[in-house]
Amino acid sequence: MTASGLNLALVTAAVVVLVAACFLGTTPMGAPRVLAAFLGQAPVGDSLVVWHIRLPRALAAFVVGAALGASGAAMQGLLRNPLAEPGVLGVSASASLGATFVLYYGFADAWGYSVPVAAITGASAASALIALVAVHTSSVVTLILVGVGLSSFAGAAMSLLMNLAPNPFSLADMVNWMLGSVANRSVNDLALAAPFMAIGLAILFATRRGLSALTLGEEAAVGVGLDLRRQRLAVVLGTGLATGAAVAIAGAIGFVGIIAPHIVRPRVGHDPARSLLPSALLAGVVLVLADIAVRLLPTSSELKLGVVAAFIGAPVFIWITLQRRAVRD
Amino acid sequence: MTELCTKNVTVRVGRATLVEAASFTLRSGELVALLGPNGAGKTTLLRAALGLGRLSAGSATLDGAATARLSSMERARRVGYLPQVRPLAWPNTVRDVVALGRFAYGAALGRLRARDAEAVDRAVAACDLANLAHRRTDTLSGGELARVHCARAFAAEAPLLIADEPTAALDLRHQFQVMDLLRRFVDAGGGVLVVLHDVGLAVRFADRLIWMKDGAILADGSPEETLTADRIRTVYGMHARVERQGAEWSVRIEGVV
Repeated sequence: MTASGLNLALVTAAVVVLVAACFLGTTPMGAPRVLAAFLGQAPVGDSLVVWHIRLPRALAAFVVGAALGASGAAMQGLLRNPLAEPGVLGVSASASLGATFVLYYGFADAWGYSVPVAAITGASAASALIALVAVHTSSVVTLILVGVGLSSFAGAAMSLLMNLAPNPFSLADMVNWMLGSVANRSVNDLALAAPFMAIGLAILFATRRGLSALTLGEEAAVGVGLDLRRQRLAVVLGTGLATGAAVAIAGAIGFVGIIAPHIVRPRVGHDPARSLLPSALLAGVVLVLADIAVRLLPTSSELKLGVVAAFIGAPVFIWITLQRRAVRD
Repeated sequence: MTELCTKNVTVRVGRATLVEAASFTLRSGELVALLGPNGAGKTTLLRAALGLGRLSAGSATLDGAATARLSSMERARRVGYLPQVRPLAWPNTVRDVVALGRFAYGAALGRLRARDAEAVDRAVAACDLANLAHRRTDTLSGGELARVHCARAFAAEAPLLIADEPTAALDLRHQFQVMDLLRRFVDAGGGVLVVLHDVGLAVRFADRLIWMKDGAILADGSPEETLTADRIRTVYGMHARVERQGAEWSVRIEGVV
């Protein structure tokens, strides 16, 4: 299958799962009622369910997946490592820290947008720090280690906030949010994150030729004419914005950013540039499907999307790691 | 005629002086071998000449313009640079890797413009890779991979090429193959500066030898002018016997000084 064929198939799949997500849910609604709601000929209740609950939720899952998938593919290209992911540079963790901070102080009740704004602020601060490091070092290992440090620090700070939570309710709030979910996301939640995500994705797509060149290694990529410093800066910024916006919408959802590029890569000639778009689409489709599963599973309280993603993703992640050891190292 | 020129280039990192007042010129139509022991500052000098490292003193120019001021793409279109080979990150096809040599012309893998595709075809043919064009690079031998990297450098069709130890870790036959490719590039009008560790190989293929030690250029000239047993002892600390019969040189290394 060619890259464009793959993209076409994935776009089709995306449309199918998004529509399917609107037909499925905990409120029993027959297909004719959903169709009527789509066409604007249904009672207020029905169109509310479809237009304001199911569709925004499905779209949220899709764009979050797409942002994480594209960021993962770009990071893997930049760091030349199939285990890199949006979280690897500590941007996700910092975004989570921002949101947790706001929840701790209860700002979330005073101003609904404070959580997304704080998450994007956290992500931007982290990516700015990483960008600063990226300009001053020529070593990718240093970059990753700074990311690990940043992740650990953000994790420690979050644990501290939860440790000191003033009451069980704010603790529950933070835990819920950290688990990652797209339940009850509104069009407004999407709209606030959308510009950041759009700019982030646009930057990532603009760097794609450079990602191909980095296949050769940094020095040889410079040899064929890559401006390495600018490339690093752009990928770090793009990832920061896209991942920050994703975390702002859905909280922490791991592993899709690693797995989607891994599945896509062999089908596009192992070219990081050509794996960017299909990784985004596939990760979006996967998250929408996972979210449909979450809604349909007959559990006493609804499972969180992040939990399900981790349960599927972590074993696959380990499998990829072991395979890699067998083949290359 | 393209000319890459360094004048009194000095590179210091902290208190260490890696390259001291090095001047050399590389022009189209000549194959120059850069010789010297490990740590002599060869790679540092190459990078400085290309404008990739910071100069502490001196200048590096390409046809009169400071190389550090050229954009990366502009530089790559005029001087190819083949650094010491590192493993490829992904198992791309041979043709894709060669196509990366067209990066500086805006080529994107998978949808090459006609001009880029033709340059890639020429490079693939020149390096005898047509049969391997669709193979994954992780299935190639070291010698085949070395040819792929040469093809990638040739695909840029830059007038000058700097190659850092392109024959490292290759068997005799593949070392000769790579040097043959570089020689043909020069005979077709290109200019090559190549770092080598084999004096015999260098003298066989190069028009000019540049000898480096401890960051300084000790000698720069044709084999007749610069290749002596004395030189090998000074530069490498090795006893050697150097003999010449007509155009044939024989360099026999006899032992450590």
